[in-house]
Amino acid sequence: MASTNFEKYKSDGSLQGNVLEWFDARFPATSMWKAHLSEYYAPKNFNFLYFFGSLAILVLVIQVVTGVFLVMHYKPDASLNASGIPVAFASVEYIMRDVPWGWLIRYMHSTGASAFFIVVYMHMYRGLIYGSYRQPRELIWIFGSLIFLCLMAEAFMGYLLPWGQMSYWGAQVIVNLFSAIPLVGEPLSTWIRGDFVIGDATLNRFFSFHVIAVPLVLIGLVAAHILALHEVGSNNPDGVEIKKKKDANGIPLDGIPFHPYYTVKDIAGVVVFLMVFSVILFFAPEGGGYFLEYNNFFPADPLKTPPHIAPVWYFTPYYSMLRAMVWPFLGLDAKFWGVVLMGAGVVIIAFLPWLDRSPVKSIRYRGPIYKGFLVAFLAAFFMLGYLGTQPPTPVGNFLCQVGSLVYFAFFLAMPWYTKIDKCQPEPERVTFK
Amino acid sequence: MSNESKVDGGRRRLIVATAAVGGVGAVSALVPFLSSMLPSERAKAAGAPVEVDVSKLEPGQMMTVEWRGKPVWIINRTEEMLQSLVKAADLLVDPKCEEPQQPEYCKNDTRSIKPNLMVVVGICTHLGCSPGQKFKTGAEEGMPPEWLGGFLCPCHGSTFDFAGRVYKNKPAPINLPVPPHTYLSDTRLVIGEEKKGA
Amino acid sequence: MKSRSLKNLLLALCFAPLAAFANSGIQLDRAPDVQGDQAALQNGAKLFVNYCLSCHGASYVRYNRLMELGLSEEQVKENLMFTADKVGEPMRIAARPEEQKKWFGASPPDLSLIARARASGDGSGADWLYTYLRSFYRDEDRPTGWNNVIFANVGMPHVFYQLQGVQHLNHETHQLELAEPGQLSAAEYDKQVADLVGFLVWMAEPDAGFRKKLGVGVLLFLGVLFVAAYALKKEYWKDVH
Repeated sequence: MASTNFEKYKSDGSLQGNVLEWFDARFPATSMWKAHLSEYYAPKNFNFLYFFGSLAILVLVIQVVTGVFLVMHYKPDASLNASGIPVAFASVEYIMRDVPWGWLIRYMHSTGASAFFIVVYMHMYRGLIYGSYRQPRELIWIFGSLIFLCLMAEAFMGYLLPWGQMSYWGAQVIVNLFSAIPLVGEPLSTWIRGDFVIGDATLNRFFSFHVIAVPLVLIGLVAAHILALHEVGSNNPDGVEIKKKKDANGIPLDGIPFHPYYTVKDIAGVVVFLMVFSVILFFAPEGGGYFLEYNNFFPADPLKTPPHIAPVWYFTPYYSMLRAMVWPFLGLDAKFWGVVLMGAGVVIIAFLPWLDRSPVKSIRYRGPIYKGFLVAFLAAFFMLGYLGTQPPTPVGNFLCQVGSLVYFAFFLAMPWYTKIDKCQPEPERVTFK
Repeated sequence: MSNESKVDGGRRRLIVATAAVGGVGAVSALVPFLSSMLPSERAKAAGAPVEVDVSKLEPGQMMTVEWRGKPVWIINRTEEMLQSLVKAADLLVDPKCEEPQQPEYCKNDTRSIKPNLMVVVGICTHLGCSPGQKFKTGAEEGMPPEWLGGFLCPCHGSTFDFAGRVYKNKPAPINLPVPPHTYLSDTRLVIGEEKKGA
Repeated sequence: MKSRSLKNLLLALCFAPLAAFANSGIQLDRAPDVQGDQAALQNGAKLFVNYCLSCHGASYVRYNRLMELGLSEEQVKENLMFTADKVGEPMRIAARPEEQKKWFGASPPDLSLIARARASGDGSGADWLYTYLRSFYRDEDRPTGWNNVIFANVGMPHVFYQLQGVQHLNHETHQLELAEPGQLSAAEYDKQVADLVGFLVWMAEPDAGFRKKLGVGVLLFLGVLFVAAYALKKEYWKDVH
């Protein structure tokens, strides 16, 4: 058996072959190409929802590239310029007006932020309904949950940078959440800000985290997520393991090489995504006030809170959970429990692999109880998301409480209802066409 | 199962078509990113034409104005200085100004619109230092005795005459550039703008 | 009451992408769209320079961008440029912000982005501005002598009162009534305000027109790319059974 790449991959005598051989002897070029693309066997029955993984990588690339060019012109500086406008805010408008094509790059980045969450939420939803988190893919799911957490931190800190009213007051509110933690809360939030209010120090450290630290972690996690996936192989809409049925060569009967089949399919998917992305980018970059909030076109004013502060849409389901908690408990005030609830709402996702006791993975073979819980969960998630954009009202708060209850019930009652549910038998092979 | 064997004519045409269209898209997408590194409107505004009043510039004196962040020298040359231009001719790299380092209307013996007033960008064509004044002749400036007066770049010793033309056997390859300029009146000069209709 | 809120909520959920954020219930008049009308935008620019720029800056907008409204450099320099000496300079105010703070108690906001910032669930920023500039009324209790229906206790006086005339607020009907007519008829005044608002909208994003044109081109291109990519996908996938 050939043990090294040098022995395995020999040149066919052509110049290209010689160059490749030279590299293969020193770098796992051909072996990586085979392991991750040309001989990575993916189930052939992927549907529409399976586009969102590669789309997430695309959006990550868009964000990194546009980010690199924005940093060339953006200035994280809260001091006022000669016209009395914060330098950071003015530098964003400088990009929008004075830098050649700056407006396009900035809109790509701001639209990309929302697109990232749309794509990632879809990707998570796909994993949820087809049981992609189940054994042996628990670690993929955990890496994914960490990516989601990182993405939230990245988006939150990036949102401060334009230094508009929403940037400022959003950061003020969220950082103040940490002060709800008993004993260490107050000094902790002061430490995060580096000041007693959100200020220049906060802006500079958020900038540093946003452009360097968090992206590095994010890219590392994405690599780990993909490596873990390629170790165990992809799940599919039927939730059956294709590796159980192999041909004489050890290739799964229902598997097809990722390249070329899924590369050509994903290219078509990418083009469709880019069309949707372009429609928003070129015709509605503000996303109706959801992607770029109107109030953020006012520069940050530490003396004037806007009448209604709402986080950007992708945070609103969790923001609603925060607002849902109005009862003090165990001698700690409601604010603290709101923060706990919000944090738990994100973290609980990572525990799915151990909460699900169903004999089947995919929604296709699950019973009515699970489907009922899933529909209620989705309705609660959308309702919480919508309520989070609205000013608080008594009815709204009540609905936030109901929504949070349903959200957590979906997870916490899962060991029970997945066990008693009447599932259909899984097929032996995947269903295709 | 080899994929290469399946790449028939029709499939190859589709690959080429998709790659070609996609390639055009990728290259077009580069344009905004690369263009964003060009001077911005702010930089261009800072580099807009500069108006200068030269009425107070005595013969033999030089003034420096900033245009596009670069020093532009305006020298009111005396008769001797103008004569030194003729004497220097044989020692220069490009005495006839063949290289397009000046607008057409300055491609003459004095490299200027008005014979006495020289306008030139004071940045050495070698590596971008700003040469210093060595207006007096010979040893008076610590220069060789045959020195006719002009400029010396402190960085690598390139020398230039009173028309910004570079001397032979020096690191700087070509003459100092003359910026576009025009006279609004006898004493008002605009640097960075050509005469309208010229 | 509760069921109505629920129904509203469900309706709002369906239309959420169309109308973000709660509206405050203020009825805004629809501002006419004059973006395609160069004469209107030029008139708006003139009004802006003459009436607004003494107190409000537009410090992200360079004078030479006004040439995109179909004006020559000479026209911009002679008719619109009073606070700068180079056309590349931004439309700053003569006063410094700290001085203004001393005089007015607050510095009047920069107006470069006002048409984007004033958008809300009630309507576009243009609608808000169009309504606002036509809703001043006489109020002797205010230091300026003026108040505004949609911006209570506003710090800004009614700079157009000579054009519009003086309005009073009828506290019973909550309607504005014209007490003293101004130089312009109501329709003429509305047209002037529409032009000014049109200019403010243009100024908030001068590249918006180009952005939309480019968008059409990009989508057409992506359409072609999709046809090729989809055909390629079909070609490969015909082998998968």
